Amino acid sequence: MAGTLEFSPDDRYNAFITTCSTAPFTDGALAGTAIAVKDNISTAGIQTTCGSKILKGYVPPYDAYVVELLRQAGAAIVGKTNMDEFGMGTTTETSAFGPTQNPADPSRVPGGSSGGSAAAVAAGLVPMALGTDTGGSIRCPAAFCGIVGLKPTYGRVSRYGLIAYANSLEQIGPMARTVEDVSRLMSVIAWYDPRDSTMLDRPYDHRPTAEIKGLRVGIPEEYFGEGVDPRVAESVRDAIGVLEGLGAETVPVSIPGMRHALAAYYVICTSEASSNLARFDGVRYGPAVDTRKSWHEAYQDLRQEMFGTEVRRRIMLGTFALSAGYAGRYYAKAQVARRNIKEDFERAFCDADIIAGPTMPTTAFRLGEKSDPLSMYLSDILTVPANLAGIPAISVPCGKVDGLPVGLQLMGRQFEDERVVDAAYAYEQEVRA
Amino acid sequence: MKTIVGLEIHVQLSTATKLFCGCSTDYRDDEPNTHCCPVCLALPGALPRLNRKAVEYGLKVAKALDMKVLEESEFARKNYFYPDLPKAYQITQYDKPLAVEGTVEIEDDEGHEKIVRITRVHLEEDPGRLVHVAGGSKYSLVDYNRSGIPLLEIVTEPDMRSPQEARRFLNKLRTILEYLGVFDGEREGGLRVDANISLEGSERVEVKNISSYKGVEKALTFEVTRQKNLLRRGQRVARETRHFMEGRGITTSSRSKEEEHDYRYFPEPDLRPLRVADRVATIELPELPVARKNRFMAQYGISLNHARTLTGDPKLADFYEAVAHIDPVLAATWVADTLLGELNYRDMSIAAVPADRIAELLALLRTETITDTAGVQVLREMLDACAAGKPCEPPAMIVEREGLARATGDEFTQVVEKVVAANPQAVEDYRGGKKGALNFLVGQVMKETRGRADPRELGRIVSGYIDTGGV
Repeated sequence: MAGTLEFSPDDRYNAFITTCSTAPFTDGALAGTAIAVKDNISTAGIQTTCGSKILKGYVPPYDAYVVELLRQAGAAIVGKTNMDEFGMGTTTETSAFGPTQNPADPSRVPGGSSGGSAAAVAAGLVPMALGTDTGGSIRCPAAFCGIVGLKPTYGRVSRYGLIAYANSLEQIGPMARTVEDVSRLMSVIAWYDPRDSTMLDRPYDHRPTAEIKGLRVGIPEEYFGEGVDPRVAESVRDAIGVLEGLGAETVPVSIPGMRHALAAYYVICTSEASSNLARFDGVRYGPAVDTRKSWHEAYQDLRQEMFGTEVRRRIMLGTFALSAGYAGRYYAKAQVARRNIKEDFERAFCDADIIAGPTMPTTAFRLGEKSDPLSMYLSDILTVPANLAGIPAISVPCGKVDGLPVGLQLMGRQFEDERVVDAAYAYEQEVRA
Repeated sequence: MKTIVGLEIHVQLSTATKLFCGCSTDYRDDEPNTHCCPVCLALPGALPRLNRKAVEYGLKVAKALDMKVLEESEFARKNYFYPDLPKAYQITQYDKPLAVEGTVEIEDDEGHEKIVRITRVHLEEDPGRLVHVAGGSKYSLVDYNRSGIPLLEIVTEPDMRSPQEARRFLNKLRTILEYLGVFDGEREGGLRVDANISLEGSERVEVKNISSYKGVEKALTFEVTRQKNLLRRGQRVARETRHFMEGRGITTSSRSKEEEHDYRYFPEPDLRPLRVADRVATIELPELPVARKNRFMAQYGISLNHARTLTGDPKLADFYEAVAHIDPVLAATWVADTLLGELNYRDMSIAAVPADRIAELLALLRTETITDTAGVQVLREMLDACAAGKPCEPPAMIVEREGLARATGDEFTQVVEKVVAANPQAVEDYRGGKKGALNFLVGQVMKETRGRADPRELGRIVSGYIDTGGV
C-alpha cells in the first residue's frame, strides 16, 4: 500500500518548523502512518535546523539511521518539529522559530526541548513523533502535554544523524498518545547500527503486557522532597497506588547522589555542547562570514549573532568547565558525581525492579514565566538522573492538577526498557478502563 | 655545550580507509574533496567509527618498539578553531595513549650503539588542507580529502644529542615502519616532525612544520647555530615555538598569540575506551632491521657495513636476497655499493630494477666473463634503459653488442707496445722505482681497451713487458 500522504495541519500551536505537504510512504509496520520528527534529527532533503538560525536552510544530504528505519517501516515523515535551540531548554521557548504553545492550555509552555513533537501529538496532528532526551527533553514535554514519552536506555537507539548536543547523555525516543504506540515506534527505531560506537546490539522487539504482579516499585524519597509541588506528588502517589492495586509492591529506595545531579548534568552537557557546536562557524553553516575580517574575529562575530542567548550561555559555561586549571574542578568532578548516581541506581535496583516518581516537579509553566535560567535548570532535577545513569525512563500521564497534565515517571535497569513500558502500560490500561 | 633534542613524529598510516570512516586514503592524484563523506566532512549528526586496521597498525608499531600497551586507552577531543578542521576538534589521544615506554636503537655520532627512548605513541586523525590560490585571491580553499587520514604520533624522550643523531633516528624509525608495512615513505607529506631543541641550561625551543628527513637535520642545525650565537652575544634563548621554512632552511618565530592554545581536552564521548592490550600477543611481527642485519652477516658472511646498508630499506634487503644466491659477498658489494650509488645518481627507486637481470650480471662477474669495469658499464646501460621505461636487455646481450667480453692479456700486446712507446718518461720513472708510473701506464692501456681486461693482470703484463725490454 505504498503511496503519498497529504499533510496540511492546522498548526495553531506552532508545533512544526517544517511541514511536508506530501509525504511518500511504503509498505511496512507503520505503512502510511504520519510521523513528526524533531528538528535535530537529520532528514535527507528536508531542512533540519535544530531550532537555530545558524542552521536555517541546512538540508542534510543523508538520513539519520532512525529516519532510515522509519522510511523502511513505511512511515510518512510529515514534518520537523519545533524545539529549544539545539535542545537547550525546558520550554521550547529558546527556538529561533518562536515558542510552541501547549495544546492542553495555550497560555502554557509545552515543555522542552521536544515541545514541538509533544504538541503535535497532543493536538492530534500526528499519532506519533520522535523526540530526543538529553536531560528530560522527551519526558518533560510528554508530562506537560499529557502524552507518553520514552527515553530509551543509552545505547539502544542509534544516534547516527542526531545533531549532537550532549553525546554521552542523549537518546532518540518515541512519543505518542498511548504506551502501545510508544512501544510500536520503539520497535521500529531500536535496531543496532554499527556506525554508533556507543550502541549495544540489543534490539527492542516487544509487545507490552499489563501483567505486573509482584513487580517491586522503588520509591525514592528524593523524588518527593523540596521543590516538588505537593499536588503533583499527590497525583503520582495515587498512580503508584494503582500499580499496587495491580499486584505491585512498593519499597523505599534512595538516590543520595541526586544532590549533585543537576550540577553534574549541567557541567557535562555544556562541556560536550561547547565542543559539538564549535563547527557552526559560518564557513559551512550559516550566512558566509565577512571575509574582510580576520577569520577568528569573523567566527566570533557570526556566532555571537546567530546563536541565541541560552546557547551562548551554555557554550561559555562548557568552555569554562573544560579550561585548563578548571577542568579538574568541574568536568572531572562532574564525572565522579555521575558515577555516584549510576551506583546509587544500581544499588536501588537490587531492591526494586523499577523506580517511580513524578516526571516534573510542577505542571507546565506559563509562557515567559521562567525568565531566570537557574530556576529553569532546577525544574530538570527529576529527569536528569536517568540520563546520567543511562537508564530507560518513561513518562505516562497520571491525572491533572488545575486542569494541567501530570506525568508519572518510571525508570528501569539498563536495557530493561521493556519492563518500564509494561509497567506504564499496566497503569494506563487500568486507569483508562 | 650539550645539545638536547626530542622529536614528535606524525606518520600517516597506510591503511586503505580513513581512521573514522570508509573513505579511501588514496587521494593524492585525485581532485580536491572527492574522498569525503558525512563523517570526515563533519556533517552534523555524523559519528566516528574506529578503523580496526589502524589500531592493528598502531599495535604493530608498539610491539616493534617494545612498548607497553595500555589496558585501557581512550580517544579525546582536542578543541580548536581552524578552517581545515571541520569538527573544530581533532579526535586524538591525550592522557591515555595507545602505548608508552619504548626504545629505538641508533648509532651515536661516534658510531656506538645507543638507545632513544620512546615516550608514547597514539592514534589521531589528520585535518584537511588549506589551499592558497596563487594570484592574491581573497579566498583560501579547503580540501578535505586528507581529513580523517589516520596518523600515528610518536613522541621521543629528549635523548638525541645532535641534529645528525636526530636524522639517524628518523631514518631508523622510518625503516622500522616500512618493515612493518604500516607506512609508505614515498607518499608525499606522509611524515611530519615537530622538534624540541635546547642547549644545556637554556630554554627549550619547539620547531614545527618540518616535513622531510633532511629538513629535520637542517632545521636543527640552524637552531643550534642560532641559539649558540645568541648565547655568545650574551643574550638569552627565548622559550618559544618557531616555524621551519623549508625553502630557505631557516626557522622563524611564530606570533605567540596564535600559539596560546587551551585545547580543552576531554574524552571523546562518541567512542568507547579501547581495550586492546590482549591483542598484542597475537600480532606477528616481520623480521625487523636489527634481526635482519644480524642474519645477513651470519647467513651470507657479509660485512657489518654492507648488512647495515642493505637492511636499511626493506625493498633493498628483499632485492639483495633475490640475487644473493649467485655469490653473497659479490652481490653485497655490487648491490650496496655500485647499484645503490648508480640509483642515487639517477634518483631511481630499487623497485624499478629487475632483480633477475642483476642476477645475470652478477653471474657474468662471478664467472669472470667480464671485468668489474665492464660490469659497471653494463649496469649503467641497464639502468638507463629502466629509467627511460624501456625493457631491460639481458646483460649478456649488452656484453655481446658492445664487445665488452673480458679479453686475456695477450690480446693487448699491441696496445701495451703502443702505450710504452708513447710514454718513455713514465717507463723511465717506473724503472727508477716509482710505483705510480706503472699505474699510469696500466690506466692508459685500460682507457684504450675500454676496461675489457683485469687491471691486476694488465699490471703484470705491462711490468713484464718493460722488465724484459719488450717481448
